Amino acid sequence: MHPLAEKYLRKSALPTMFCPGCGNGIILNAMVRVADKIGADGFSYVSGIGCSSWLPVMIKADVLHTLHGRAVAAATGLKLAQPGRRVVVFTGDGDCLGIGGNHLIHAARRNIDLTVIMINNHIYGMTGGQASPTTPLKAVTKTTPYGSDEPPFDACTLTTAAGASFTARETSSHPRRLAKTLERAILHTGFSFLEVMTPCPVQAGRNIYGNGDPVFLFKEFAARAVNNPDESSVSGCFRTGILHCESGKPAYSDSKSKMS
Amino acid sequence: MPAHPDILVLQGNEACAEGALLAECGFFAGYPITPATEIAEVMAARLPEAGGIFIQMEDELASVNAMIGAAWGGLKPMTATSGPGFCLMQEGIGYACVTQTPGVIVNVMRGGPSTGQPTLSSQQDVYQARYGSHGDYEIIVLAPSSAQECLDLTIRAFNLAERFLTPVVILMDEIVGHTRERVELPALPCIVRRVTPPKNHDYKPYEPEEANGGVPYRADFGEGYAILVDGQLHNVMGDRVGHLSGPSAACVKRIHEKIQRNLREIEDVVCNIPDDTARIVVSYGSVSRCAQRAVKEAQAGGVRAGHVRLRTLFPFPDAFFASLATRFKNAAFIVPEMNTGKICREVQRATLRPVRSLPKAGGEMHTPAEILAAIGGA
Repeated sequence: MHPLAEKYLRKSALPTMFCPGCGNGIILNAMVRVADKIGADGFSYVSGIGCSSWLPVMIKADVLHTLHGRAVAAATGLKLAQPGRRVVVFTGDGDCLGIGGNHLIHAARRNIDLTVIMINNHIYGMTGGQASPTTPLKAVTKTTPYGSDEPPFDACTLTTAAGASFTARETSSHPRRLAKTLERAILHTGFSFLEVMTPCPVQAGRNIYGNGDPVFLFKEFAARAVNNPDESSVSGCFRTGILHCESGKPAYSDSKSKMS
Repeated sequence: MPAHPDILVLQGNEACAEGALLAECGFFAGYPITPATEIAEVMAARLPEAGGIFIQMEDELASVNAMIGAAWGGLKPMTATSGPGFCLMQEGIGYACVTQTPGVIVNVMRGGPSTGQPTLSSQQDVYQARYGSHGDYEIIVLAPSSAQECLDLTIRAFNLAERFLTPVVILMDEIVGHTRERVELPALPCIVRRVTPPKNHDYKPYEPEEANGGVPYRADFGEGYAILVDGQLHNVMGDRVGHLSGPSAACVKRIHEKIQRNLREIEDVVCNIPDDTARIVVSYGSVSRCAQRAVKEAQAGGVRAGHVRLRTLFPFPDAFFASLATRFKNAAFIVPEMNTGKICREVQRATLRPVRSLPKAGGEMHTPAEILAAIGGA
């Protein structure tokens, strides 16, 4: 076992339940490396329900694996109780934007000092491949057999508009950049939102991208990630990097602890 | 300075908030709803002064989940709501039960279903308080019937939550919540805190500890124990076992047993039953006030009537009622309630005797005369 895995992973939760070709392991890897660099003792993790929400369960730390959609609300309570600790939320596109959408925008509005990592695979994977709030228009899924007729959310635009002081997007195809941006997000004071685009070869691959091969999908995600805002309007492409960063905006948890 | 600083005139809702402050509540998350809002208003003003945290959340789902997060952060948390909000909290209550998260949830009952009667009283939520979340679980439900009891039972609710690592529901009703009356602040209230694991203890977060009455020890986040809290059924370390039959059954058994083996500590019944009682009125909440009066008048008129007032509704005091049924072989049980008849079923189940239900719908409490008529003459 890799020394970092030996040190930081919860062995009783291994092997992971992720399917072959899933990008979640890469994100777990990035998280562990960042925690190791910053000081893993100071971290608590909160998650909801779905594939991505199992990710922190594999980390040997204090972990609150909550109800579907409620991770950000529970994290709000935990952060206010322990303002000195870093609280990192793992969530997915369905968990965060569907059932948990209200908690997300209100946490962003408060600019509470949480880091929310939303793993976007464009599908409800754990339940077998149903359309999510980020499923592309016209995509065929188990619940959109005639093609989705709903436009998807842009989660970074949404959270920026709601008041988040840091929003960023990366992919699991770029592990080093992902770790760098993740570190920035965690070190940011205030609500930081990081969307990680990642392929779900089993549930989204064939239907949404026309190919379930993980190697194809990782290359495809790498190709679709663009830095230039102009290119992101090209269909299927998405902008990566830090999209919004406002330093000095008061963080909610700070004002609360000052009051008491 | 008032002559008696420890004697106040308070609404039940205000008294509930005072009780929470005395019980060292450190976190309140809530959402405005009639007729419970005053609790949040008092907590918003007073909790920060006491070093605690108040937050108004975006809805009741968020409130109950923020409460759960704060509990694992080491604070004693609370929320307060009414029927529709209590509906939204049910999934969080189930999560708190299975993860053994302490917290106090107040439901100031109004008439339902749905939006129902925001400004009028009811006792319609008694089964929701006990069975509202899905799956098998035990929960503690308390029912105060005066402003004084709103204060006293709120302190008790925090103590029971911390003692048994479970959510505790305080079922108030609009009448109790909004009646303003004399409240005496206790000089030295007994305050309980969750029991932390002893030093060098091989800590298993969900292991029933004999030395603690079958209740686990509780460390908070940030103490280095790498605690895993999971809503999926789990083993004593928190690892998921929901796919395994035996370990799943053991998980459900643990959350039942810690309550069931400590029933005597939780039970709270106030009795006025003379030796030769022939009619026993069973009541809880605001209706108890009229029941008390009716029984007193019946007794004064020479009727052999008695009164049982439940301050802990659940776990239901089965053994107590079984012994009553044995002791008063011919006594009739009468249960006045501001609903279509709910706790009367519990009384019937526990006594195995015919029980007369005295339901009342519409939002008004029974009058003493109505209960007196049901008790009947000598």
